Amino acid sequence: MATTTKATHPSGDNRFKLLDRAINVHHASGNALIEVLHAAQGIFGYLEDDILVYIGHALKRPLSQVYGVATFYNYFRLKPAGEHTVVLCTGTACYVKGAAQIQAALEHRCGCKFGQTTPDGKVSLVQARCIGSCGLAPVAVMDDDVAAKLTVDEAVRRVGAFMQATEEVAK
Amino acid sequence: MTVEELRELAEKERARQAGFGKRVLYCSAAGCVSCGGNATRDAFKKAIRDQGLDESCEVVGTGCMGLCGKGPLVKVAPDETLYASVDAAAAERIVDEHLKGGNPVEAMALDTDAPFFAEQTKIVLEDCGRIDAMRIEEYVAVGGYEALAKAITELSPPEVIEEIRKSGLRGRGGAGYPTGLKWSIVRKATSEQKYVVCNADEGDPGAFMDRSVLEGDPHRVLEGMAIAGYAVGANQGYIYVRAEYPLAIERLKLAIKQAERAGVLGNRILDSGFSFRIDLRMGAGAFVCGEETALLRSIEGRRGRPKPRPPYPSEKGLFGMPTVINNVETFANIAPILARGGAWFASIGTAKSAGTKVFALAGKIRNTGLIEVPMGIPLRRIVYDIGGGPPEGAEFKAAQTGGPSGGCIPAEHLDLPVDYESLAAVGSIMGSGGLIVMDSESNMVDVAKFFMEFSMEESCGKCVPCRIGTKHIHGLLDRVSRGEATPDDVALLEELCVMVKETSLCGLGQSAPNPVLSTLRFFRDEYEKKLRPAETFAGGVAGEAK
Ligand SMILES: Cc1cc2nc3c(=O)[nH]c(=O)nc-3n(C[C@H](O)[C@H](O)[C@H](O)COP(=O)(O)O)c2cc1C
Ligand code: SF4
Ligand code: FES
Ligand code: FES
Repeated sequence: MATTTKATHPSGDNRFKLLDRAINVHHASGNALIEVLHAAQGIFGYLEDDILVYIGHALKRPLSQVYGVATFYNYFRLKPAGEHTVVLCTGTACYVKGAAQIQAALEHRCGCKFGQTTPDGKVSLVQARCIGSCGLAPVAVMDDDVAAKLTVDEAVRRVGAFMQATEEVAK
Repeated sequence: MTVEELRELAEKERARQAGFGKRVLYCSAAGCVSCGGNATRDAFKKAIRDQGLDESCEVVGTGCMGLCGKGPLVKVAPDETLYASVDAAAAERIVDEHLKGGNPVEAMALDTDAPFFAEQTKIVLEDCGRIDAMRIEEYVAVGGYEALAKAITELSPPEVIEEIRKSGLRGRGGAGYPTGLKWSIVRKATSEQKYVVCNADEGDPGAFMDRSVLEGDPHRVLEGMAIAGYAVGANQGYIYVRAEYPLAIERLKLAIKQAERAGVLGNRILDSGFSFRIDLRMGAGAFVCGEETALLRSIEGRRGRPKPRPPYPSEKGLFGMPTVINNVETFANIAPILARGGAWFASIGTAKSAGTKVFALAGKIRNTGLIEVPMGIPLRRIVYDIGGGPPEGAEFKAAQTGGPSGGCIPAEHLDLPVDYESLAAVGSIMGSGGLIVMDSESNMVDVAKFFMEFSMEESCGKCVPCRIGTKHIHGLLDRVSRGEATPDDVALLEELCVMVKETSLCGLGQSAPNPVLSTLRFFRDEYEKKLRPAETFAGGVAGEAK
């Protein structure tokens, strides 16, 4: 059973070994469902149906429950993220300092809404409620880089650079 | 480790630190890192090496120092000179003149007698910004785990609870429930298994005090939880921390490992008969999971939906067992209370609201950051003395406290003492401690709509008044802000707010209308200014028919 699994996935995908390890750490307990989903998202980037089925089996929880939990929490992604991620804080401090204008400008530049990824899969726009740097509002996290006291122009410039960089790589 | 060994460890670390003539403490918290803190750190390290000062100067990363808006901040110990906006060039100059030359760079140092510092009282944040959060030795060196040792070796569990009760400490997670009372209920419950849970979900947008404590002084929270475990008879604790705080998670993991290795967590703590383990559980981005019953279900691996109370978690909590659930800041107050006594704590603050409160000060205000003030301090002192008032060209309009569950306090109430009761009297709440200053640029209808959108999106959908009500309220606010509403709409808005408040199952729905009711109360004219002109009401001449 799951507690003693070796390389189990028929696809031979080695990442499942990592997932098995995360499951075993929690003794394949159903209580650890959220922890295991976190681990899976860390390993695979997002939670494909296949992975949810696999986890359901391993933790002996019905798929409906696994799916219910995965969709209840905002943090879990059921679709792949773009090459770049822009997390814009839309918490109160950032809102008071003009995050809404930045949001509108970025949606315009990317041609997609927050919560979505540009059609070419290059930039994901993500909204965060507060990333804890309110003293430096408005704030966004561009990939791993925290941009403080952000302006509309700067935000659009940075995202533009993301889009161009990937366009050039593609060429 | 025995209690003696704990004290030896403290001695050894103090001696080690004294071995360095100077310690350069740089803020390694999110705020300062996002304005160039890492480059500052590197510049210090390089300059110290270049000048051959390795032996006499240590560079140490700490938690938030408070004045986040002026980061990166650097403090030089032991003389406690504080420098703001330290870039690489400034770092070189400090190394040259202060560390090497022995003269603080007066021109760049902050005046620590200024009201921003002088008006604060630090209990929860006393070590934040003073110690390296990644080394348990530094926490022990400033007296860490002494309170736990005292509890285990000198006090019986009821005596610990009595001390907490005497302190008058009330929960810092929002509702302000007396902590001693909560603990005594769990203590009295007859059950083999009990739990201690730390609520580190901090879902309020605009609040980052819990995060700062977790990142800057994690051992303080672990110590508070272990004392709670001893007091109520629990041997297992959980910290439920939001996944959006990766640095806090990393530091907590490290702190737990260190504490276990040192024998202040785990089996037979400090060679006593008391054992207590702490595990981490990660949240996953649902605001409602901060609500205690939802949080417990989330720890159980389920969807975080609230349950009707009673039964309260103190009777039937995690896995159906009696559970203490407290906020991060609540736990952070425990060790100082035991070390210095409940009476000492009760002497700070007001009769009904003892101690201090940490606020995240942000918005249209000069000094943004993290502050800790005695309860009962007038709001004006926070905004004008500590915060420095609104920046040039802006005028104070309102202070928003309590986030989406709170309200806006207008200028006429600036002299209000900040405590649980006074805030409630003007229709706001302490909440977790977000304090956001707004000026005339903020439109209060939009502010209300902003919070209502938050509550609407975060509603778990379990009960109808909240699920449907927040949507309707949001829709009405939208009509008002677009200039399409009639006086009838405003009447309906108020009615709906009261209905949602009174009939929702959990605190989310019960408090969701607060920002609307509060802005209606103090800024009604802003709603009325936006109503459709009277002559168009009857026939729907302008805009669509109703
Ligand atoms: C919708 C909602 C969200 C909450 N979010 C938090 C939170 O993020 N952190 C917290 O400590 N308490 C939060 N609370 C309060 C908790 O339910 C609970 O009262 C608190 O953890 C008790 O700890 P205390 O007595 O130390 O305050 C929230 C309550 C509600 C209704
Ligand atoms: S009040 Fe809202 S969040 Fe609370 S249980 Fe009802 S629907 Fe869920
Ligand atoms: S509100 Fe944006 S960082 Fe806190
Ligand atoms: S983050 Fe550095 S002072 Fe607050």
